[in-house]
Amino acid sequence: MTALTLASPRRRATDRLMRSLLAAGTLVALLPLGAIVGYLLSKGLGAWSWDFFTTDPTGNFLGDPGGIRSAIVGTVEMVALAAALSVPLGWGVALYLVEYGRQGRFAATVRYFVDVMTGVPSIVFGLFVYVTLVVSGLGGASFAGWKGSVALALLMLPVVTRSAEVVLRLVPDALREAALALGTPRWRVALKVVLPTALPGLVTGSLLAVARAAGETAPLLFTATIVNATSFSLADRTNSLPVQIYTDIGSPNDLLVQRAWGAALALVALILLTTLVARLFSRRSHLS
Amino acid sequence: MTNTIIMDDQLPTRPRVSVSAPSPSASAGTPQPIERPAPALHVGDLHAHYGDTHAVKGVTIDYAPNEVTAMIGPSGCGKSTVLRCLNRMHEEIAGAHVTGSVRLDETDIYGPEVDVVAVRRAIGMVFQKPNPFPTMSIYDNVAAGLKLNGVKGVDLDERVEQSLRGAGLWDEVSDRLRAPGIGLSGGQQQRLCIARTIAVQPDVILMDEPCSALDPIATLKVEELIAQLKTRFTIVIVTHNLQQAARVADSTAFFLLGELVEHASTDQMFTNPGDERTERYVTGRFG
Repeated sequence: MTALTLASPRRRATDRLMRSLLAAGTLVALLPLGAIVGYLLSKGLGAWSWDFFTTDPTGNFLGDPGGIRSAIVGTVEMVALAAALSVPLGWGVALYLVEYGRQGRFAATVRYFVDVMTGVPSIVFGLFVYVTLVVSGLGGASFAGWKGSVALALLMLPVVTRSAEVVLRLVPDALREAALALGTPRWRVALKVVLPTALPGLVTGSLLAVARAAGETAPLLFTATIVNATSFSLADRTNSLPVQIYTDIGSPNDLLVQRAWGAALALVALILLTTLVARLFSRRSHLS
Repeated sequence: MTNTIIMDDQLPTRPRVSVSAPSPSASAGTPQPIERPAPALHVGDLHAHYGDTHAVKGVTIDYAPNEVTAMIGPSGCGKSTVLRCLNRMHEEIAGAHVTGSVRLDETDIYGPEVDVVAVRRAIGMVFQKPNPFPTMSIYDNVAAGLKLNGVKGVDLDERVEQSLRGAGLWDEVSDRLRAPGIGLSGGQQQRLCIARTIAVQPDVILMDEPCSALDPIATLKVEELIAQLKTRFTIVIVTHNLQQAARVADSTAFFLLGELVEHASTDQMFTNPGDERTERYVTGRFG
């Protein structure tokens, strides 16, 4: 039956054309990514050294500018607190929306505002925290690391909530029914069946939100600001990688610009690491 | 019979009193002695709605204790909806509501004082597609009903073994109780779900087409299991498979367009039905 096996030459040509168009599109999309990583590596890798990671910025304009230890420690601290604030809250909201709110009017309103919050520029969260927490001098100091965390948490909240809602929705209703039919109260079904089933996906979504927050400059600029010394207390001003980069890159000193590139590479590496962990978790998913 | 619906968190404990066994019909295999007397279910003028759809239109039916009652009928006839009304799972669907009465012995499970959670502990359910909890081991799946409900004072190991034996699954899984439940075959998963249901020690077990996702051999095992389970539970089963109804059920009810057409002993339903529509359905000449 040759009629079945031979595709017309025109159809083959169309197929080839479409394949090459799509491949070209993918290449174009990958180009900026490759360029950024390549540029970062070439410019930043030179700045990396043992001292670069183990010393704080000296603050001297001339001479040795120091490393980025305080920025790394500060970013990790602030993002961790921001995650501790936003992840339980976001999962809670998502659980409410999926398990109780469903298609009701209140749930629809909450969803709408979560979407609006996703679109709010990050500097607005920074301004909001500046006006409410910094200017009022809450907790003694005006600028403090935990205020930066609050700004980051506000930024993360809609992302965590939306991703968690999507994952919770994937939990089959059959499991909820099975648990309910065993005589389990609804809140226990939500906490002990739905949540554990969705957990790998929830962790993945939250880690992606963490990765996004780690790279934000604007919410930290006038909440945590910038200092040289490593601060292990979030009650003080706290340094962070993005703000450090922001300050260094505009400096007329080549050594500081060099440090900015090194810090940028470190930040990208940190985010890449978070994303990799997120992928590991998503592999363990029980949901198709 | 004692009142089995309870308002608190305790599981019902049924006194092991001996009652005279109702004579099982010849079509349901070898008659077996009743090990544990179960209550009857009485449904009166049941109406069920999904939004504007009137799915069940005034059904009145009795399910005899320690017997298997099969509900048959074409798709969309309301038999599954009736089943879901028997343990108040129907109301979990958005926009669904029910009127009428469902009495477990003397207690109306839709009564104002009744706790829906207690209803579902007394009236368990096995679903069409096997649905073990994917995060749990075989052991934890069986213990799920007790663990999720925080039941104390039960020897879990003993209850799990007892339930797995009751579901005819013990010999196949006793050496790998810590393995995940979803690693079992489809038929084993369904028996695991049955073990999970009987672990809560309900009085009634509802089965919604429990074999429609299983191969013929797994189906046979589940059917044998059903015949054993009725010595301890009252069983209501929805099935699309008329041969299955003939094999496992003591009595059979035929539904059409949301109404109960006829309910009689399985023998009579398949050999000498009273209604012409039943006869046309069971002989395959329907529609």
